[in-house]
Amino acid sequence: MLKIIQSAGQTVFSRLDRLFSAVFGDRANPLYHLGALGFYFFWVVAVSGIYLYIFFETSTVAAYQSIERLTHDQWWLGGVMRSLHRYGSDAMVAVMFTHMTREFLFDRMRGPRWYSWFTGVPLIAFVYASGINGYWLVWDRLAQYIAVTTAEWIDWLPFFTEPIARNFLNEAAVSDRFFSLLSFLHIGIPLFLLLAMWIHIQRIAHARTNPPRRLAAGTLAALLVLSLAFPALSQGPANLDTVDARVGLDWFYLPLYPLIDRWGSGTVWALVGGSGLLLMVLPWLPYRKRDPVAVVSLPNCNGCGWCFADCPYSAVTLAPRTDGLPFDHEAVVNPELCIACGICVGSCPTATPFRRLTDLTPGIDLPDRNIRELRERTVAACAGLEGPARVLVYGCRHSAHADQLIAPGVTVLTVPCLAALPPSFIDFVIMRRQADGVLLAGCNRGNCHYRLGTDWTTQRLAGERDPRLRERVPRNRIEVFHGGRGWPDSLPEVLVQFRARLTSLAPLNEKPPHPAAKTPEQQHGAD
Amino acid sequence: MARVLRAIGQVLLYGAFAGVIGYFSVRPVYQAMAPDQALIKLSFSHAAQPVGACHQRTAEELARLPPNMRAPEVCPRERSPVTFELDLDGKTVVRAVLPPTGVARDGAARLYQRFPVQAGVHRVRVRLRDNVRDTGYTYTREGSINLVPGQVFVIDFNSRRGGFVFK
Repeated sequence: MLKIIQSAGQTVFSRLDRLFSAVFGDRANPLYHLGALGFYFFWVVAVSGIYLYIFFETSTVAAYQSIERLTHDQWWLGGVMRSLHRYGSDAMVAVMFTHMTREFLFDRMRGPRWYSWFTGVPLIAFVYASGINGYWLVWDRLAQYIAVTTAEWIDWLPFFTEPIARNFLNEAAVSDRFFSLLSFLHIGIPLFLLLAMWIHIQRIAHARTNPPRRLAAGTLAALLVLSLAFPALSQGPANLDTVDARVGLDWFYLPLYPLIDRWGSGTVWALVGGSGLLLMVLPWLPYRKRDPVAVVSLPNCNGCGWCFADCPYSAVTLAPRTDGLPFDHEAVVNPELCIACGICVGSCPTATPFRRLTDLTPGIDLPDRNIRELRERTVAACAGLEGPARVLVYGCRHSAHADQLIAPGVTVLTVPCLAALPPSFIDFVIMRRQADGVLLAGCNRGNCHYRLGTDWTTQRLAGERDPRLRERVPRNRIEVFHGGRGWPDSLPEVLVQFRARLTSLAPLNEKPPHPAAKTPEQQHGAD
Repeated sequence: MARVLRAIGQVLLYGAFAGVIGYFSVRPVYQAMAPDQALIKLSFSHAAQPVGACHQRTAEELARLPPNMRAPEVCPRERSPVTFELDLDGKTVVRAVLPPTGVARDGAARLYQRFPVQAGVHRVRVRLRDNVRDTGYTYTREGSINLVPGQVFVIDFNSRRGGFVFK
């Protein structure tokens, strides 16, 4: 059931990815920067809130009046700031839930990723507490409705001897001190929210907390235009001696309030508590066995630190050498953080198929999908290729369905992530003429299942990041397709064009086959 | 041409984003209650009488106690539940027996309810008993009220102010 939901959701998101990438480009696709946009909207709300706070007066009557003055007398800045404050908060809720839904549908909350998911759940409560608390400060008719309903909702809990709702029985019941408390909370809760956001990204290396500038400018411009065209307005001063039949609700923050009216406080507490609990345990539902984590082979590790630099989840660290070899450091894998993506293997300079060793063991490797096996699979797959324009496809298992490409002259090998493939393998395949070209099919830029795999692959091929693809490898014999599952029909077309290009190229100088290019039977002495 | 199309696409998508944010920020309007209704809020927090009578300690009882605990009068800590009834236009709409709060059941009994009623003239009668040793109601009040649409009518209770308070 879960897989069906996730598969359907992935299809929807992949199509949206395609649309947004076509319009914004891969780098500025908003769907790839939802978390960063959440941070960004937090700062938009914080800056506009600081400005509003300068003019806000904390008393029953003056609170409403001060905001009205700001909205109408100073509409060109105060009014815009107020609108930005509201719309930025709404946008934060929108991207927060989209971010959460996306991570769930792409199943990016399991294994060591549980931490980010788990610490993200309380963020929802902090965001809502901040936003709802902020609505009270306006002290208009909406604030009145929220105050009364919130108090009634909280009163359902058996913690208070005196009902909080009694503080809102009528006009005489509300005091100025109440607004001092509210404004204090409206500073304190967002500070806790910021702390929780910082905790949320603690186990993510190279966390992106800023969206691309173009995207930041675009969303800010959109909110500014909205603020000028439809400024946020109050709904008349609060008067607890009367009640409005109709209220203009902010549905981003207040969807539970009508439910409290209709279902009762207890039911909504059950709904909120149950949903929160379910979200928290979701990374373990159902329980799945984790892939074996990366293992360091000290005799083969020179402590270069490339795996440390490339790990997307800070699972690899460098520690002082313990085995007496003449290197300063050695790589150490924290099994609790390792997600078994294999990117560390792809970065290891010793993970090269050119090594003339019977037992090819790199400094760091995945036990169940090791580099020696990948070399054997590469050699075996290429041995069956015939005809012109022979292509070996390395396909990321989380990306486009590369298996559909299998055809005469084309073979496909699946890797955990494109960045788990050391660039030397491309060199090995092309320069040893095992295939005429190599097609890499990975996740879309900015949407790597393991966050950084597409970036690292691009940089390694461009010679900008270690381990670099050697310059001797002709780049026109390499094709990279960065397209997720939203681009299934594009991949065969890319292959056709790539093969056409290969056919037009002059042949490479023939070189003798590498000893490792023998079949397994030959390696064991068979004919 | 492609750049122009992308620019148009961005304007449309940013516009859609702003439109969704702007619309759901205040719409659709929520109908909390019918426009021809008023609201009655019924709320009080009242510490009822102890469940038993106080009694004077005898000299022997006092002598058995440590000197710092020799209070001459001792009362049961637990309070009576509060029995409450509200009649609206001759019909009982609320009837509740409210236990005292607190682990030792020595806190105030509390009640908070609100319910919309049709605007217009209503006959209200409230009764409250706060002593289990009594059989009748300790406090009663009744009266006629004329509610306009959107009005909030509060029924409170304060024993120091003589019982029920209509606001």
